[in-house]
Amino acid sequence: MASVLEIQDLHVSYRSREGVLCPALAGVSFDLMPGEIMGVLGESGSGKSTLAVSLVRLLPGNGKIIRGAVHFERKDLLQAKPDELQQIRGRRISLIFQEPSLALHPTMRVGEQVRQVLAAHSSLKKSALNERTRQVFAEVFPEEADRISRSYPHQLSGGQRQRVLIAQAIACGPSVVIADEPTASLDSATQMEILGAFRTLREKLGLAMIFITHNPALLSGFADRVMVLYGGQVVECGPAATVLASPRHPYTKALFASIPPVFDESGSGRKTRLPVILGDSSHSSLPRGGCPFEPRCTERMDICREREPALVNLGASHTVSCFKYES
Amino acid sequence: MKVEASTSGQNMQPLLKVENLVKRYAKRSFSDAREELLALDGVSFTIFPGTTLAIVGESGSGKSTLASCLACLESPTAGNIWFEGKDIVQLGERARRQLRPQIQLIFQDPASSLNPRWSVFEILVEPFILQRKFTREEMIQHANSLLERVGLSPNIVERPPTELSGGQRQRLAIARALALEPKLLILDEALSALDCSVQAQIANLLMELQSSLGMTYLFITHDLAMAAHLADKIAVMNCGRIVEQGPAEKILQQPQHETTRRLLAAVPTIARAAQPAVEQ
Repeated sequence: MASVLEIQDLHVSYRSREGVLCPALAGVSFDLMPGEIMGVLGESGSGKSTLAVSLVRLLPGNGKIIRGAVHFERKDLLQAKPDELQQIRGRRISLIFQEPSLALHPTMRVGEQVRQVLAAHSSLKKSALNERTRQVFAEVFPEEADRISRSYPHQLSGGQRQRVLIAQAIACGPSVVIADEPTASLDSATQMEILGAFRTLREKLGLAMIFITHNPALLSGFADRVMVLYGGQVVECGPAATVLASPRHPYTKALFASIPPVFDESGSGRKTRLPVILGDSSHSSLPRGGCPFEPRCTERMDICREREPALVNLGASHTVSCFKYES
Repeated sequence: MKVEASTSGQNMQPLLKVENLVKRYAKRSFSDAREELLALDGVSFTIFPGTTLAIVGESGSGKSTLASCLACLESPTAGNIWFEGKDIVQLGERARRQLRPQIQLIFQDPASSLNPRWSVFEILVEPFILQRKFTREEMIQHANSLLERVGLSPNIVERPPTELSGGQRQRLAIARALALEPKLLILDEALSALDCSVQAQIANLLMELQSSLGMTYLFITHDLAMAAHLADKIAVMNCGRIVEQGPAEKILQQPQHETTRRLLAAVPTIARAAQPAVEQ
């Protein structure tokens, strides 16, 4: 099956106030299959949000795509002209952000906010627009679609507001949705509800999704594949079940170990020190030339400082970039 | 800071005892003149010194209103809050001002609770300046020992908090909260905005401070996994009421109330059974 989105060797840097280029993404490559949910896992500073915005070229002014290609529908988005991009953003590829209360207009009914997305991308007549808006609302709010579309954002709960953003994202029938921490500001019950909504939409509309999060637990039972970013590089990528159940990269292993277990039957693990990853990932501490995780890695070797590890294929499309697995 | 560390604390006086706390907010609306919102509806619990009580609940269940009332930021509509045997609801403004340093709050987002135009040092000494009891030398000394206590390097004191990482900022917020040697720390979703690996670091710091200083925590969260790890007791809130409370093991293993079961079911977990031991 042909991939719907193909990212090749993407390098993105930010220019600091002193004019120095700081790399945020350094050679990220992956394919997204139609209808696939790709979970992108990484801590703050790993480049996961930069990835989300650079795919549709919405980087802030000081962000610069150094090289790479993003192939979508036989076009390289990084070379596309502004009016071509306008045709794609929001219509074929849409974005969902973290904070639903900031992404919505506070004094406009949410129904109108979804209708405007449709109006911007289609030449439908007024009655057809309204009809389509109603359909989109019925899709994300099986009950009470009418009441909610007449509400203002402040009258809705966090979960409902997030669903309005989903409605905006799917209004034009995109083939790819990029969601950047869409559930981070919600409580766990609502998180699960939103993940459920995404899954239903994927099945109904065949959406492919890039789901960016810092919480590995959210991806279990939700994502098809998991890609782990560290210091702007892909350190591990593979089928979600494999990566979550048996992570291979030292960073992925340490990250999973730092989450407290909930149902410790004996209760013996409670109130004990959690295993942590020493140091932090701020850019000044990233090494130049070697593996990005080397300074914090408990399994480091001499070679880790000398050159960057290549991606090693462990079979079943599970890849990891670590010298431990190079032969 | 000479409180004896104790994990059980059962035979002591409770540090905090809350009885039938009620908070009503008047809801403004255009059509109806008065509408009332019952944010807290008869909340009662006790916390013993050196222990952690976790308050868990979904958003809108009244957790943060409770924190504001305990920290004297809001006055409850009815009920009593006994702190070391004194009812802080009845206290006058002067007495309350003396009590406030002993109860400190730490909020969810350290980026918005620290002044971005101040240096780390200015943020740390502000509590001392407000108390008007310290000389400049004492303040510098205190600031340095606070930094050390929370694991921050002393050479960041000149930097603004915007140049710190999320974990460093939350450590700074904790250091500032500890400045006036409080007895109770209220952590209102203090870990929720942090990355998983940073959450673990801050959780470890909180546990260390508890065993070295005998700190008492009220840990407010919707993350039942972290509550389960840190707390001695858990109270579950729903619609302004505590629907279930008890020892953490009991709440986790035999949840009685439907809200608790729903929260437990919603906790996302990596399938741990299938996960091999980390250091193999």
